[in-house]
Amino acid sequence: MIKKIILLVFILLPFNAHGLIKVDITRGNLDPLPLAVSPLAIDNESKTKFDEILNKKDIGSEISIIVEKNLKTSGLFNPLNREAFLQKPDIANLKPRFEDWKLIKAQALITGKVNYVDEKLRVEFRLWDILAGREMMALAFTTVPTNWRRVGHIISDKVYERLTGEKGYFDTRIIYVAEEGPKTQRVKKLAIMDQDGFNNKFLTLGNELVLTPRFNKTSQMVTYLSYFKNLPRVYLLDIETGTQEVVGDFPGMTFAPRFSPDGKKIIMSFAKDGNSDIYTMDLDSRVVDRITNHPSIDTSPSYSPDGKFISFNSDRSGYQQIYVMESSGKNVKRISFGKGLYGTPVWSPRGDLIAFTKLHKGKFYIGVMRTDGSGERLLTENFYQEAPSWSPNGRVLIFYRETKTDNEGKGFSAKLWSIDLTGYNEREVKTPTDASDPSWSSLLSN
Amino acid sequence: MEFNKIVKNALLVIVACLALSACATKKAGTGQMQGDVYTGTDTVEYLASGVPDRVFFATNESVLTTASRETLRKQAAWLRKNSKINIVLEGHADERGTREYNLALGERRANAAKDYLMTYGVSSDRISVLSYGKERPVDSGSNPLSWSKNRRSVTVKAN
Repeated sequence: MIKKIILLVFILLPFNAHGLIKVDITRGNLDPLPLAVSPLAIDNESKTKFDEILNKKDIGSEISIIVEKNLKTSGLFNPLNREAFLQKPDIANLKPRFEDWKLIKAQALITGKVNYVDEKLRVEFRLWDILAGREMMALAFTTVPTNWRRVGHIISDKVYERLTGEKGYFDTRIIYVAEEGPKTQRVKKLAIMDQDGFNNKFLTLGNELVLTPRFNKTSQMVTYLSYFKNLPRVYLLDIETGTQEVVGDFPGMTFAPRFSPDGKKIIMSFAKDGNSDIYTMDLDSRVVDRITNHPSIDTSPSYSPDGKFISFNSDRSGYQQIYVMESSGKNVKRISFGKGLYGTPVWSPRGDLIAFTKLHKGKFYIGVMRTDGSGERLLTENFYQEAPSWSPNGRVLIFYRETKTDNEGKGFSAKLWSIDLTGYNEREVKTPTDASDPSWSSLLSN
Repeated sequence: MEFNKIVKNALLVIVACLALSACATKKAGTGQMQGDVYTGTDTVEYLASGVPDRVFFATNESVLTTASRETLRKQAAWLRKNSKINIVLEGHADERGTREYNLALGERRANAAKDYLMTYGVSSDRISVLSYGKERPVDSGSNPLSWSKNRRSVTVKAN
């Protein structure tokens, strides 16, 4: 399904960061960088070809719209209205007249062109520093035409990386649970979409309840909970082939699955006789290891990115709190000590933070803390929200939020939201139906 | 005589009206809670006459209340009499908790009911347990009363 993109770097300028634009990603950016995304130039012949193949009148313009939207959504950039652009796309791509772009207050400019070459889509683009009056980056890609949206995402990632110094998160997908129907009889399906909400696809039919899908960071595998035949069990799904299998042979409910960072194990809870403990199963050898052994509820396990530690939530203190232990299960330490209940710990891909859900005085919060529990920071408060999942660069969290119903029990909805680690830039991630339990993939191309 | 009969009938009508209005109030009304455990009968169904199908729990708890134990003793007696019937105990949580923790909590609640039924002579091989966490509320309201109705373990005939 994911077709390889051939990436050719055809110009590499000497790297000289001094004096060039740099976007600070670490604080709430209330003053996003104004930049211009010029529509990608396209010759008439290529235009006609792509219109035939993709049914898009001007694919160059369409790709630049994707870039514009991605950069705007990041909250770090302010793409300027293209109506104000003075220079034609093809000429700007050769050599921008920097004064013209300065005039509309752009600090950076993205130009490029699209060609139809041997049944392929060839895109080149350049990033320009307007104030310094020079090119910062130039890249070209060749791929099958149907990958055109991904080209837009890859350009966005490259620009983001060049201007912030950190990898982007646009060429990624979200797997989630699509929801429909009354609150008392929700129909739930697995669904997958591009990070920007396009190419939405349902992966199950809704015949059985499905919950908590999670990506393997190293492949196109997903693990999730299904009530197939009314037996809640952890399953493995290959989204390329559609094949599914039950994980392990447990005499009871298995739930709360996640992959280990190397993708070789699944960690999950197994509930029996009123007690939930954490287990792992090696996907090759099928060997099952018991990691916790405690009469409390131990669930929502998540590995550190180096695989050495596991965070989870447990009510062994009497209430739901977050704990960290070695991956063997040794040295269990409680790390959440603030007021309220803490759950769904998720280790950031950078390894330095744990995102969580907190319930305090009837409100739900998404927050982050260091892995020793210090530095707790609450990012957002609402009637109900939970289950944060990190963008692959560890800068954005996606989670779901449910609304309070009215006195007649009406008005229920569940939606995906995202927020920056800084606590700024909270926004709804639009989905065709109601949605919950989002999980962010790693970058599809690197 | 005739007059007495009329009065009697009138009284009966009044009593009936009162009973009806009481019923109506109860149905539309607030239900009841003790602490935050639901004690009403709005959502309750019956396995047999006088045998309620469900027990309710306090927030984040799986402890059986006195009323719950009484209900489960009635279920146990009925199950002992109807030895061919097997059951599923469906454990549920309210919407005010994280999804995964609530799955575990539902399982713990259903098992609390299972343990009690076993003490009263119901064989464990007649009982299976299924947790729905917060996935199947009976009441879609977002208020303490609705949540109290949803924190439950329901005994369902399996065959």
